[in-house]
Order: sequence, then structure tokens, then C-alpha cells
Amino acid sequence: MNTPSLSRAFALLLWRDLLLAYRRRTEMINPLLFFVLVTTLFPLGIGADPALLRQVAPGIIWVAALLAAMLSLDSVFRSDFEDGSLEQFLISAQPLSILVLAKVVAHWLITGLPLLIVAPLLGLLLDLPAASISTLLVTLALGTPVLSMIGAIGVALTVGLHRGGVILSLLVLPLYIPVLIFAANAVESAGAGLPIVAHLSLLTALLVLSTSLSPLATAAALKISLS
Amino acid sequence: MLRFFHQLGSPKHFYRIAGRWIPWLAAACAALMLIGLYQGMVVAPPDYQQGDSYRIMFIHVPSAWMSLFIYIVMAVAGAIGLIWHMKLAEVIAISSAPIGASFTFLALVTGSIWGKPMWGAWWVWDARLTSELILLFLYLGVMALYSAVEDKRTAARATAILAIVGVVNIPIIHYSVEWWNTLHQGPTVTKFGAPSIDLRMLIPLLVMAVAFKLFYATVVLMRARVEVLQRERNAQWVRELVDIS
Amino acid sequence: MTLQEFFHMGGYAVYVWSSYAIALVVLVANVVAPILQRRKLFVQLARRQRRERRES
Repeated sequence: MNTPSLSRAFALLLWRDLLLAYRRRTEMINPLLFFVLVTTLFPLGIGADPALLRQVAPGIIWVAALLAAMLSLDSVFRSDFEDGSLEQFLISAQPLSILVLAKVVAHWLITGLPLLIVAPLLGLLLDLPAASISTLLVTLALGTPVLSMIGAIGVALTVGLHRGGVILSLLVLPLYIPVLIFAANAVESAGAGLPIVAHLSLLTALLVLSTSLSPLATAAALKISLS
Repeated sequence: MLRFFHQLGSPKHFYRIAGRWIPWLAAACAALMLIGLYQGMVVAPPDYQQGDSYRIMFIHVPSAWMSLFIYIVMAVAGAIGLIWHMKLAEVIAISSAPIGASFTFLALVTGSIWGKPMWGAWWVWDARLTSELILLFLYLGVMALYSAVEDKRTAARATAILAIVGVVNIPIIHYSVEWWNTLHQGPTVTKFGAPSIDLRMLIPLLVMAVAFKLFYATVVLMRARVEVLQRERNAQWVRELVDIS
Repeated sequence: MTLQEFFHMGGYAVYVWSSYAIALVVLVANVVAPILQRRKLFVQLARRQRRERRES
């Protein structure tokens, strides 16, 4: 058997995962619905005063995005674990971290990117000004990949467990805190007309850091979980 | 020297050597703690601003230091266990988690009690307290993962990865929380510990800090011994040990 | 300083002594937990070894 090149393996795996997701596209809608639903709960809980909503909207939308991203994490490795393809990745000639990266990128395209499409709608619901909405989109674009990257480590550690879901949230949510702080603050500052370059560069730094380190940790975790 | 470390690698010798060390460590810890408490509670003068309430510092600050220190020890021991397949390092890492969590809890509770007379509230979203709370969650995650994985060797290795990921994230979390804190809160919150501290207060603080370190060393060895017994339950030396008792 | 003053802690007695009490509880719990665990393990192992001897 001739082994494909690294970039080809990456592209093949990415394409395979996207195709699989396309065939089960109804499942893709669930995290989105969750995202919208959680956000609509807040005005019902705290009252619909537009000034109050505008003030808490960045935090609400980001917390909801965090939870939606976390809930969708389970599907990164689940089906591959159940049908045994994960073990094939482990013994394949390609470095596992690159394959993991492909899977996480695919997962983000499936579950993270749709959040960006709905987010402006939620911004309108919570009466965010236009400047905040565009910032919200930028922070989501920079932040949700970080969530997928960090989350992949947690999923890899809990993939073999029967009740991994609760533990996964305990492992992953504390690590999401920096993203939440920088991103929600950026949206807030944009609404107040303050500069947000610092926030966005910090988010970019987190993105670079997590993209370079987390596949390694995820690969190591998978090797342990499947041993 | 080399032989000494080689012996430590064997569970049987570790069990024996640790058993010999524990009483000495415990005695030193108790002595230092008594000195520190006497110096801190009796000799040190009341603070000109906080009165006698600052004496909570002598347990709050050492436990806050220990909470971070133990997490780092846990991650380093976990990494050693992963890289060199050293079982003893795995045992030390996994035995550290509950101790570290209890110190974190202690730092949180005493910080909150100290905060009540100082800030007028049991909980203030102060940067250090918030970071400490997140650290507690990190510890709880490590412990939850360890107890969830059935095979304890796999569990120890999985937790080691988690601890390493956590240790990389701690500075980022700490920085982000501090940043968040300065944005959201005015300068009304007084920080713990003045920049210049009276020597009569500093000495008991340092003595207590060393005492807490010794306490950790004592307790982690005790836990590690039990963990070693559990892992080696089928070995001949454990059987003999059980027969004697 | 009298003993009464010492326990009074300049009016902060409740805060200071409750902190120290909690610290004591946490430290003692840390010492007791491994001792109990060890005892339980020994009882468990002793029972298993007796059973094995009877069977053989």
C-alpha cells in the first residue's frame, strides 16, 4: 500500500468528515438550536429591558456559544471510536496529531462556523449596536476554533468512558475561561467605542497557541485512552 | 546516590524508605507549625489597618502558595511518569491531587472569611480569589477523570496529560482573570498583603509556608504508600506485609 | 497580653478562629484519610489471603 503525503492525508480526512456530516445534516442543527434557545432564555429570565439586555448581551451570547461548542464536542471522535476507525488512525503511517488536526478543523467547520451565521440574529434580538455585532462575529471566528482545539483534548481523554459527558464539561469549561473573558470584553468595548486591538490580538495568540499545541496533547491523550 | 534513586524506583523499597521518612517529616512539620503559630498569633503585632484579622494570612497565604505549588508538582511528576514510564512519579502525581484540592479549598474559605471584615462581603470577585476558584475546578477535573477511568494505570496517564494541559493554561487563565478584574472593578478593592511587611509578620509567614511544604511532603508520602500497596496487591512482599499485620 | 485578649483577637475572634478551625479540620482530614484507607486495604487483603489459603 502506498501511503499518501501528509497534506493529502489531511485533505482526505477533512473531506471524509465533511461528507459524513453532510449525510447527517439534521444533527448539525441541534447545537445551533441550543445556541439560540439558551440565548432566548435570558430575556425571559432577567426581563426585557433593552438597556439591560444590551449591557449583558456580549456575555450571554458568548456563554451560550461556549455551551453549544461544548455540547457538540462529543461528536468529534465518538463515531470513529465506535466503528474502530480511531484505532486505524493510531496505527497509520501519518503522524496522529496531523490527523487529529484535520478532524478538529472539520468539526469546527461543521459546528463552529454555523454559530457565526446565527450570531448576528441573536445580536439583533438582544439589541446590540452594529459595531458590537461585527466585533462579535470577529471574536466568534477567532474564538470558536480555540474552543474546538481545547475541547478535543478533553474529548480524547474521555472518549472511552461510559458517562464522559459530565466529566468532559468539568475538564473543558475552566480552560475556556480566557476565551470567554477576551471575547466578551471585546464585544463590550466595541459597543462602548473603545479600541479592541488588544483583545483581538490576544484571541489570535490563543488561536495560534492552541492550534499548534492542542493536536499534540490530543494525540497523546488518544493513545492513552485507546491503549 | 544512583543506587538510592534506583531503589526508589522499586515499589517495595519506596514503601520502606517512605515509611522511615514520614515520622521525621511529620515531626519537623509539627515543630515548625508550632513555632510559626506562636510567632504569628502571639509575637507579631496587630496590623495598623486590619487589626488582628490579618492573622488569617498565616494560613491563607501558605495554602494559596501550596495550591499552585502542588499543581505544578503534579504536572511535573505526571510528565516524568509519561516520558520515562516511572510508576513512582505517576503515584506521586495522583496522590498530590486531593491534597492540592484541599489546600485550594482552604485558601478559598479562609480568603472568603478574611474578606468579610475587610470588604464587608463573603465573596468578592477579586482576581486572586477568582483564579483560586478556577484552580479548584481544575483540581476537581483531574480527580473526576482519575476516578472515572477504570484501569488505574490508564487513569494515571490520562490525568497526567490533563495536569500538563492545565499547567500550560494556568498562567493564561491567571492573566486573563487579572485583566478582566482591572476592567470591571474600581480600585476600591484592597489587595491582600501590603507591599512592605513588618519583619515580625514576615517571619511567621515564611515559617508557616515551610511547615505547609513539610506537611504536603508527609501526607503525599502517606498517600503514595497506600497507592503503591494497592497497585502491588498481588506482589509477594505485600502479601508478607499483610500476614505480619 | 492576657489570655482573654488573645482569644478576643481585637474583635475579629469569629473570623480568625473559624479560619483556624477550618484549617485544622482540613489538615487533620488529610492525615486521617490515608491512614483509614491503608487500614481498609489491609483488612481487605488479609481477608482475601485467608480465603485463598482455605481454597488451596
